[in-house]
Amino acid sequence: MSINPPSLPPSPLRAARTAAPVSTRGARFAAPRRTLAGGLYRPAFLALLLAPLGIVYVAAFVYPIGAFLLESVWTKEGLSLANYARLVDQPLYVTILLRTFRIGLYVTLICLVLAYPLAYWLTRLRGLPFSLAVACILLPLWTSVLVRTYAWAVLLRHGGIVNSALLSLGLINEPLTLLYTEFAVLVAMVHILLPFMVLPIYSSLRGIPRDLGRAAQSLGARPAREFLHVVLPLSLPGVVGGCVMVFVIAIGYFITPALLGGPRMLLVSTLINQQVTSVLNWSFGGALGATLLAAALLSIVLLRMLMGAASRWIAEG
Amino acid sequence: MARDRRRPLTRLRRRWRSYVLGAFSLLVLAFLVGPILLVIPISFGGSEFLEFPPKSYSLRWYAAYFSDHEWIAATLFSLKVASLTAICATIVGTAAAFALVRSGWGRHDLVGALIAAPMITPAIITAVGLYLALSRVGLVGQTMGFVLAHTVLVLPLVVISVSASLHGIEPRLEAAAMSLGAPLSSVLARITLPLALPGIAIGAAFAFISSFDEATVSFFLSTPGGKTLPKKMFEGIEWELSPVIAVVSTLLTLISFVLVLLIAALRGLRRGASPQAGFVPPPM
Repeated sequence: MSINPPSLPPSPLRAARTAAPVSTRGARFAAPRRTLAGGLYRPAFLALLLAPLGIVYVAAFVYPIGAFLLESVWTKEGLSLANYARLVDQPLYVTILLRTFRIGLYVTLICLVLAYPLAYWLTRLRGLPFSLAVACILLPLWTSVLVRTYAWAVLLRHGGIVNSALLSLGLINEPLTLLYTEFAVLVAMVHILLPFMVLPIYSSLRGIPRDLGRAAQSLGARPAREFLHVVLPLSLPGVVGGCVMVFVIAIGYFITPALLGGPRMLLVSTLINQQVTSVLNWSFGGALGATLLAAALLSIVLLRMLMGAASRWIAEG
Repeated sequence: MARDRRRPLTRLRRRWRSYVLGAFSLLVLAFLVGPILLVIPISFGGSEFLEFPPKSYSLRWYAAYFSDHEWIAATLFSLKVASLTAICATIVGTAAAFALVRSGWGRHDLVGALIAAPMITPAIITAVGLYLALSRVGLVGQTMGFVLAHTVLVLPLVVISVSASLHGIEPRLEAAAMSLGAPLSSVLARITLPLALPGIAIGAAFAFISSFDEATVSFFLSTPGGKTLPKKMFEGIEWELSPVIAVVSTLLTLISFVLVLLIAALRGLRRGASPQAGFVPPPM
């Protein structure tokens, strides 16, 4: 055993480097390690360490959301579902709900189509090209949403870069109206959410042993068949994870639709804002919020079931 | 014979596939990075209006940004909120991650889902809920209100990255120190925390940048007296696409770039741990 004497490591850097080999050795002895860790600290001490997080979650997450959603059923006449009836009765609100889900679906599908090949390509890269490609994905992910929204506003506005490029190429005769349309919201949201699709797909693709592909080829599988029967099924968890993430964020996205969608392109999020800050109708806002949250949870459940069915279908032939 | 003739063809076909794949991927990468890089030349534009490519270059918009009282106030306010958020979230999140990893509670799917909940709840719902709750206690527009709201949003990131680090630390190191008579406090301070430091630093960096860039909650919690930089940018984009916003965008991109490098360096220090940890997405 080459465990450092605990009193020795004053330098965290060295300690971190030595920690890695120790941990891989420990992984093989998972069972004794678990009992050891369980017995090391008193449950009461561990619960005490967890308490601050619990308090913050209850105070700043559970209570606020609960209070907001409860607004929807408490009306002047007491408990009522009138707000939900209004949501279903009025064609305007049904249109907005459907538009929100349609955009969420389009954004998810476009992201999937763009992200899968990119993630697949990433698994073949090594060294500097790999680092550069990952940097190109992580940099936008960690850049402010407002920077990206501003960039798209600059690109798509009436005298913007896209329009002047198209004009000078002679493809159009007069500037197109791109900003404050569904198109603008779609493009910007795909741009913002794409990394959320690439990263989970990449990590599930990377987990597939290369030998599996070689085995399929040695058994005579053509590349397409190898992809369909080996790579695709094994990457499904990443695909579903990415789709859930992108769809759930997309249907609740506020900043980009508010800035690039314009007043005629209301989505549920911008409608909630309007109800809460301009109309001051908190109870209807709460009903919209509850609907959105239910849709998000439902989509997670549905996609998981879909994945189960798909992997069973592929396994059977 | 037949085999020899087929072989170059299959190779060519396979190459053709990988060329198409590479070209497509490069286009997608260009789509990801292009718009962000585009704002940099705009920020150095010399004309009175936004133009691309700029006909002349100057630092006038940088001067405009640094001499504008409102932009500077929003920047400083955001820096204050992000620093306090990073401190609070790192302390609370590190303690929670330690408890979750060493007790084994974190292995349950339900616990994981509960911890990640603020990250996957639609941003508008969290934002409006916080606006309602914080207005009841008079914290809208206050530093405290922002710090509380942002702390809950970034806590999942801190817990995930610190947990990844703690999973790589052998509990037997702690057991050995205890068996040699070290009190609990010095076991944690001299063994666990130094070993987990790269993960804690990554968590703190995530917390800082997520809070600094957080836009949706800030949109609702900001008041004229307490306005974050994202809210100020939102108003700027809503009214006019002034090149001053390109200046702010360039500075923000630079900060993100430095932080991505920092996180990559820290991840390199901790190669034994889960590679997933550096990829955790920010809350919206």
